[in-house]
Amino acid sequence: MKRAKSDRSWRSLVIAAPYLWLLLFFLVPFLIVLKISFAQSAIALPPYTPVFDFSAGWRGIENFFENLSVGSYRLLGSDPLYLLSYVKSLEIAAFSTLMLLAVGYPIAYGIARAPRRLQAVLVVLVVLPFWTSFLIRIYAWMNILQRDGPLNQLLMTLHIVRQPPVWLASDTAIYIGIVYSYLPFMVLPLYAVLEKLDQSLIEAAADLGCPRWKTFWLVTLPLSSPGLLAGVLLCFIPIVGEFVIPDLLGGSRTPMIGQTIWMEFFGNKDWPAASAVAVVLVCLLVTPIVIFQHQAMRKAERD
Amino acid sequence: MQKFTSKHAETSCGDERSGDTAARPLLRIEGLSKRFGSVAAVDRLSLDIYPGEFFALLGPSGCGKTTLLRLIAGFERPTAGRILLDGVDIASVPPYRRPVNMMFQSYALFPHLSVEANVAFGLKQEGLPRREIAGRVADILAMVKLGDYAARKPHQLSGGQRQRVALARSLVKRPRVLLLDEPLAALDKKLRDATRFELMELQRQIKLTFIIVTHDQSEAMMVADRIGVMDQGRLMQVAAPAEIYQRPNSRWVADFVGDINFFQGRVGDDHMTVEGTAAGRLRVAAPIEAEARTPVWVAVRPERMLLSRQEPASGLDNSLGGTIVETGYLGELSIYRIRVADGSAVKAAVVNAGRGGEPVPAQGDHVWLSFPPEAATVLTR
Repeated sequence: MKRAKSDRSWRSLVIAAPYLWLLLFFLVPFLIVLKISFAQSAIALPPYTPVFDFSAGWRGIENFFENLSVGSYRLLGSDPLYLLSYVKSLEIAAFSTLMLLAVGYPIAYGIARAPRRLQAVLVVLVVLPFWTSFLIRIYAWMNILQRDGPLNQLLMTLHIVRQPPVWLASDTAIYIGIVYSYLPFMVLPLYAVLEKLDQSLIEAAADLGCPRWKTFWLVTLPLSSPGLLAGVLLCFIPIVGEFVIPDLLGGSRTPMIGQTIWMEFFGNKDWPAASAVAVVLVCLLVTPIVIFQHQAMRKAERD
Repeated sequence: MQKFTSKHAETSCGDERSGDTAARPLLRIEGLSKRFGSVAAVDRLSLDIYPGEFFALLGPSGCGKTTLLRLIAGFERPTAGRILLDGVDIASVPPYRRPVNMMFQSYALFPHLSVEANVAFGLKQEGLPRREIAGRVADILAMVKLGDYAARKPHQLSGGQRQRVALARSLVKRPRVLLLDEPLAALDKKLRDATRFELMELQRQIKLTFIIVTHDQSEAMMVADRIGVMDQGRLMQVAAPAEIYQRPNSRWVADFVGDINFFQGRVGDDHMTVEGTAAGRLRVAAPIEAEARTPVWVAVRPERMLLSRQEPASGLDNSLGGTIVETGYLGELSIYRIRVADGSAVKAAVVNAGRGGEPVPAQGDHVWLSFPPEAATVLTR
């Protein structure tokens, strides 16, 4: 009896672990950011008011709520910089996710179709760049893309261009950096589903009169959709908030949302505005995912 | 299309069939080889399959029967040889252009498509009008008794239902030849037995040519008009089931299909006896077509062995004595292993229903085995 009870409490602990993790490291920080976003900027420490004053008791809490403001959100609506920044981030994330799909799918497919022994090696090769610091790799790209960097030297030697083109401080450089950095996140989930794909399904499609390219559309692609979705989400969401790559490789014309948040925090020292930008970003990303998840669940229930 | 109805008849003549009928083979395999590295999975194999025939490829695992099926389906390219369908070589035609369909051992149903969409898949590739596709799919689903399951997904079906979807999907295109790769292997015994009858009935109705691959000899014997017994990429014997069982052409075939006892000896001078076996001199029913004194094997099925407590009166029958070392009760019959004079074990099967009130032989009993000359088959290899 006692044994069964301790088993049950163990089980609830194991089930609770991920929720506890999310609570501590996602929900609580988010609530803090949410709180700051409704504060007002001030020259103080911390640089905003109001702050919880627990020593003042009930009066302090009342005081706190009275002084909350939606000023930061109003600011977001008044300055087109923020809207442009959101649009730019979503645009870059959308296009680079498409590019990642175009590059990552053939790589994942190739690895999944390679001989068993080679597969492990190829997967390690895909993950290998992670063994070097991300920052160093982006600096390396700065070097490669320089005016007299290796890329331009190569293009000149091959007589593809006559004048060295400018790569750095452009959207092209951002795309190069992002596609390079996020490729493993696209390849790995795709590889995981493609590797499990039953080869006899491909043969069955051929047997039923389906040429190869059509089999891809009718069988392979739909059956790899879970990996496809995982890869797209794993890339798209962090790319929207990407800061380092656009900051180091991109130009200064329209900042991505990560840069805007950085600017508000460290440039303008306006924590409430920075928090408001972050809160809107979370809502922008979470809402479609929740809707999608809901629909996927309903579809699974129907099946 | 001519249908051979001589199913299981002893008079059917197996290999010679091509000679005595006007029918042209539907599928002709000529000197077909498939090598994987240094291993020949199919080795210079030739075979004719006739229209409307139910043909079984029987053999142990690894004998090349599945590779042969995959060569016919087009999933493997032959190393050498030709595959003629209606006289046209299809060896280099890709699988999606062959008028041949296959039912996979794993069924290979598309998990993301409904039963209906799975069955319609092949017809859609032909670009048929929607209404015709819907009609044909409905017809075939009714035929395999799955009309009510059209909207289900494969994972919502039982094993038997999935098997029928796979069958329907491969039949709906009306292939010239239907290939079935161990179609019943995944079913439990009761269902498998019932499905065998359904499969035979279905084949009779639609008059298609079936080639089934199986390692289960009773399955092959039951469903097929002719059986090709395969070993190491070669056909050992091609004949009607009864022919294979009663007149195997080699010890390998005799041993693979059913149980059998061998008595090694030498051909007697009169060509009607085999001398020097564990049972002494054995008489056979027909003249042996081999030189006198050449080594041969007399093969006798266990159920042709007569078991008695007294030594049989010295008639024409062959007989030998021994001690029962093992008995096995199988319900309809009992199996005995009898240690004979030279130390080898001989098997005998006795039908239990045929027993009178006499006591059942038990382990340790001394008994006599006898068999008539007609029960003996002489094998030279």
